[in-house]
Amino acid sequence: MNILIIDDEVQIRKLLEITLNSYDYNTMSAATAKEGISFSVVHPPDLIILDLGLPDDDGQNVLKKLREWYLGAIIILSVRSSEEDIVKALDNGANDFLTKPFRTGELLARIRMALRQTQNLNTVQKLEFDNLSIDLTARTVTIDNEPLKLTATEYSLLTLLAKNDGKVLTHQYILKQIWGPGYTQQSQYLRVFVGQLRKKIEPNPNSPKFILTESGIGYRFCTKVEE
Amino acid sequence: MKLDFFKQSIFKQFVVSNLSVIIVSLICFAGVDLIGYRSVALLLLATVSILSMFFTLYPVLTAATLSALVWDFFFIPPHFTFHVSSSEDVLLLLMYFVIALVNGVLTSKVRALEKLELQKEERSNTLKLYKTLFNSISHELRTPIATIVGASDNLLQKDSNITETDKTKLFGEISIAAFRLNRLVDNLLNMQRLESGILSINPDWCDVNELINSPLKRLESELTTHNVVLKIQEDIPVLKFDFGLIEQALFNILHNETLYTPTDSTIEISAGYNKNTLTISIADNGKGFTDEELKLLFSKFYRSSVKTAGGTGLGLSIVKGFIEAHEGKVKVENNVPTGAKFTIEIPSEALELNDFMDFSEMAIKKNAEYEILSDVYIPKEKKKNSEEI
Repeated sequence: MNILIIDDEVQIRKLLEITLNSYDYNTMSAATAKEGISFSVVHPPDLIILDLGLPDDDGQNVLKKLREWYLGAIIILSVRSSEEDIVKALDNGANDFLTKPFRTGELLARIRMALRQTQNLNTVQKLEFDNLSIDLTARTVTIDNEPLKLTATEYSLLTLLAKNDGKVLTHQYILKQIWGPGYTQQSQYLRVFVGQLRKKIEPNPNSPKFILTESGIGYRFCTKVEE
Repeated sequence: MKLDFFKQSIFKQFVVSNLSVIIVSLICFAGVDLIGYRSVALLLLATVSILSMFFTLYPVLTAATLSALVWDFFFIPPHFTFHVSSSEDVLLLLMYFVIALVNGVLTSKVRALEKLELQKEERSNTLKLYKTLFNSISHELRTPIATIVGASDNLLQKDSNITETDKTKLFGEISIAAFRLNRLVDNLLNMQRLESGILSINPDWCDVNELINSPLKRLESELTTHNVVLKIQEDIPVLKFDFGLIEQALFNILHNETLYTPTDSTIEISAGYNKNTLTISIADNGKGFTDEELKLLFSKFYRSSVKTAGGTGLGLSIVKGFIEAHEGKVKVENNVPTGAKFTIEIPSEALELNDFMDFSEMAIKKNAEYEILSDVYIPKEKKKNSEEI
């Protein structure tokens, strides 16, 4: 697996290179947007780690340029105070984000998830997570093999999240997908239905393990990734 | 009282000062036969002197001039002319003018000095605050930096015979130090947002369970040594507030709990919604606070007497700032039988569920037309029993 790192900070590049190499990923590093784009064209990587704060171009711009042709996974590096930027980057086609400072375990988990997403061709008919199972053809959901009663909206929400297992879906994206393009500002719908859904599928709704909150950004379905 | 007078507008000062001269003159005019016109000059002079205690230069000078003219016109014989017949009275009138003017100028000078003194004091207060801030910040920065430098130096020594367990411990210390630095940066940025007045709250619909779960998750590793008990009211509706700010406020309180309560303490978090107010309380069974601490806890840079754990004294003042930005209240009291209890109250609008449900089902129907979710599209004839899948 080849990973391209685009970050202007030499310390971060070194850290990522050493960490990723020690987990058997091959790495390439670029310090500027221009360099990064040309590397990605010459030798397309399986995954790109992109810092939003580059000296020669806006990170969002780089992301858009990459997404014109690049189909692999892109993980964004950002600072915590930039929720808006993260939402924008996810809408611009990033698969996931990491806020600095990040933990190595988190980084590796995100990489594995993002790689899996791009390889997944969405041909699955059944999704299984621990005791929760969703049969997409029969449109049934079971918990511990007990069928679960869900409303149409709850079902669409659950399948949307579960199909994107591991990926952060922004509030706007979910609202658009479930309720339609005119409803992207109606965040209250999402809160109510996520709350209801959690009560039905989570063993402990106060500390969810399936539908995780990415505060200020969106929701992420639990990961199947083993550490 | 005196300060209030300062703050009055110049226009008001003119009106009040001239009015008082006129009133005093009227009274004197009624009693001039009794006291004689020369005493009237003294009374008017006294009035101007009193005015100059409260008002600024120009209103006082105007009042002084007016009173001199009034005295000349109405009191000095011959009456109702500005003509002064006796040379003694000319001298008196001139003296009157000089004394009134000197009076005004002198007091305004004293006033200016007072103002300068006040500014100086303010400046030294700010300086003191800055000093406290820089002292606590540089201490807060240096401690983790020292840890990182020391630990990494030790780990880099080739000839040291450090054991693997100690190595792991040192790496752990480096990690803790780094996250402590990160928290300090967060707090400084938040404080700066509050201080600069650029803090804008973006209220959106939020789930209270999510609100409480989020800081608990961020503090998962720190909280392993404590028992957390949740008592969240079952039917809290979806509420409107700025999730990020309130979450940060809860985080700061909970983080303090992990620092200042002994291991194995119980932290009880309860939440309820009543009369348009969300109330969240965080109570522990630690040592609690002294009366002085309870009073000063939320002020900037204040740090409790238990200084072992470090801190800049910013955390709780940020809590206060963020909650007050929501027009909410935060208070701290001692818990019974022991420990402390923080209570946050945020006025918040609740989502009306009944109206909303109809609306959302409408939206779903509409959505079917968009055919975005072809897999859950339900044909119309089946629609009636489609609610339950």
